[in-house]
Amino acid sequence: MTYDETTLVSLTEDAAAIIARYPVKRSALLPMLHLVQSVDGFVSPDGIQFCAEQLELTAAEVSAVATFYTQYKRRPNGEYQVGVCTNTLCAVMGGDRIWDELSEHVGVGHDETTEDGKITLERLECNAACDYAPVMMVNWEFFDNQTPESAKQVVDDLRAGKDVAPSRGPAKVCSFTQVSRVLAGFEDGRADEDQGAGTATLAGLEAAKGQGWTEGAK
Amino acid sequence: MTATLTPVLSATWGSDKSWSLDTYTEAGGYAPLKKALGMAPGDLIQAVKDSGLRGRGGAGFPTGMKWGFLPPDDGGPRYLVVNADESEPGTCKDIPTMMSAPHQLIEGVAITSFAIGCNHAFIYLRGEVVHVYRRLLQAVREAYEAGHLGKNIHGSGFDLDVTVHAGAGAYICGEETALLDSLEGRRGQPRLKPPFPAVAGLYARPTVVNNVESVASVPAIVDKGVEWFTAMGTERSKGMGLFSLSGHVTRPGQYEAPLGITLRELLELAGGIREGHELKFWTPGGSSTPIFTQEHLDTPLDYESVGAAGSMLGTRALQLFDETTCVVRAVTRWTEFYKHESCGKCTPCREGTYWLTQILKRIEGGRGTQADIQQLLDTCDSIAGRSFCALGDGATSSIISSVTLFREEYEAHVEQGGCPFDHAASALFDYSDTPATEEAHA
Ligand SMILES: Cc1cc2nc3c(=O)[nH]c(=O)nc-3n(C[C@H](O)[C@H](O)[C@H](O)COP(=O)(O)O)c2cc1C
Ligand code: SF4
Ligand code: FES
Repeated sequence: MTYDETTLVSLTEDAAAIIARYPVKRSALLPMLHLVQSVDGFVSPDGIQFCAEQLELTAAEVSAVATFYTQYKRRPNGEYQVGVCTNTLCAVMGGDRIWDELSEHVGVGHDETTEDGKITLERLECNAACDYAPVMMVNWEFFDNQTPESAKQVVDDLRAGKDVAPSRGPAKVCSFTQVSRVLAGFEDGRADEDQGAGTATLAGLEAAKGQGWTEGAK
Repeated sequence: MTATLTPVLSATWGSDKSWSLDTYTEAGGYAPLKKALGMAPGDLIQAVKDSGLRGRGGAGFPTGMKWGFLPPDDGGPRYLVVNADESEPGTCKDIPTMMSAPHQLIEGVAITSFAIGCNHAFIYLRGEVVHVYRRLLQAVREAYEAGHLGKNIHGSGFDLDVTVHAGAGAYICGEETALLDSLEGRRGQPRLKPPFPAVAGLYARPTVVNNVESVASVPAIVDKGVEWFTAMGTERSKGMGLFSLSGHVTRPGQYEAPLGITLRELLELAGGIREGHELKFWTPGGSSTPIFTQEHLDTPLDYESVGAAGSMLGTRALQLFDETTCVVRAVTRWTEFYKHESCGKCTPCREGTYWLTQILKRIEGGRGTQADIQQLLDTCDSIAGRSFCALGDGATSSIISSVTLFREEYEAHVEQGGCPFDHAASALFDYSDTPATEEAHA
């Protein structure tokens, strides 16, 4: 392993905190792979070795797990993972067109990263936001009701180093490594940040109010 | 049966800081937990049985009965694992629940754990929703600080730890036994059943796996009682549920209503199909459920009626498509999803979804033959009922139902050597179609 002393110490501390959450050590593997991505920007050979040592597994066992899941990246990832949902519902509502225009605009295809290392594009499966179709995710934050123009604008702003706010979520999209640390189960103090629940989320409540339902009348 | 909406889980979603402990407590939250801790666990299980609550994750298995299947206490650990993997195409109800009211779930976890004698519960959340994870992590921390979790909860002597675990992208991890393997740090592949999780689940210990919405429904049942719950719904499908409308509808979103409401009634509340268009086909319960048409507008959306009409209530994920939509295109894309998500463990599904995709892409691209349509059905035959888990069956649902309902549309692709539809007409924004679209999926 080539981690320097400080990195290794903090990784080991974090790993201990993760392992302590579970009755059986091996359950820590998925969060630890997210942790490795928060340091290296992908599941690196060093990261695999580190997980293996911490969990008393072989590197081959760790690799076999890592390759099963799409969120674990085998190559250094862009600072922003930009995914366009092209599952049926979103695709039909315009996701296919968004993907085509965005991919052409950015100049990379599925699972490819721009030369400046900023953007990795991905075609996504359904991200459980179909009522906001067409949907785009940036580092796993929701960008709802997209158009080709809005999607290109988001990517341009990200490449220009501007802060970009999702439709629902925190005040701004964090980097891939920062978000990976949250996915390893470490809070980043942004849970109270909010862009509103979203129109579709509240659509039924609005309709219920129209029927005379009042809040608090639980 | 009236079409009155019944916000229960969604009741507080519009409140200021709806996700916070304060907001939840002010609305009466965690009083049901205190009430439950004063009851005998067996009585809680009986109440949930009597309520008729059925699993909201798709299969509709009676929740109280599932809890009752756990073997008698042998002194060792038993677990509750909440299935928050929500990945079935069209399904988008658990994510807003956890984003806007995570404490509803945490309280449900505490009550359920007490009822089944679990001291360590897990919430397995799909990894692709980071803000939901933030909210859950914070809610669990707040609940510990308020004494709703941890040691000797509210002086009851009951201890409970809750771990929120993020997955890493794999639809199959929503299947309960694959989820357990994934939670154990392995590749998420389904296990042979029996033994069922109730007997040998997480770490081979007795385990209850329940969907987010099932568990989140428990506090209200404890609070307001069995009769309140059974007054909603139909004979064998009790209570309320979230109906998720998406697609070509004026006001898509989450509509919480008694089971048994119809799509016609829901559409009235949602402003109808988008202006100037009409409904062509829809899924009642996600992409794994056979599609419906206008003919089913008045089918009560309960387990029995949807089943009798040839589909499944599933996750109440109503994906609506109007007459501009090519059904072959829709089905092809769903099938590509199943091919991508097949875990590869069994041959019928692994090979079958590959061949289905090949044939469908051929037909969609105008390179198919009439024989291909029969070949599709034959291939479905060799998958459905022969696969190791329900993913394989689900992959065939939209194909078989769409060929039955829209065979002429498949034939038109073959006869015309291409897709007769203008894809741009289906989109929710304006653009003129260019050939680029076809290239991208070739
Ligand atoms: C391929 C596949 C994916 C599934 N995905 C989910 C899911 O994301 N969430 C869920 O709750 N159930 C899902 N299920 C159903 C679960 O296996 C299980 O029935 C459910 O979690 C039980 O909870 P319930 O009884 O409360 O509904 C899936 C099943 C299959 C076969
Ligand atoms: S049916 Fe598909 S997903 Fe299920 S075990 Fe077989 S290969 Fe895996
Ligand atoms: S189909 Fe795109 S979020 Fe569900």
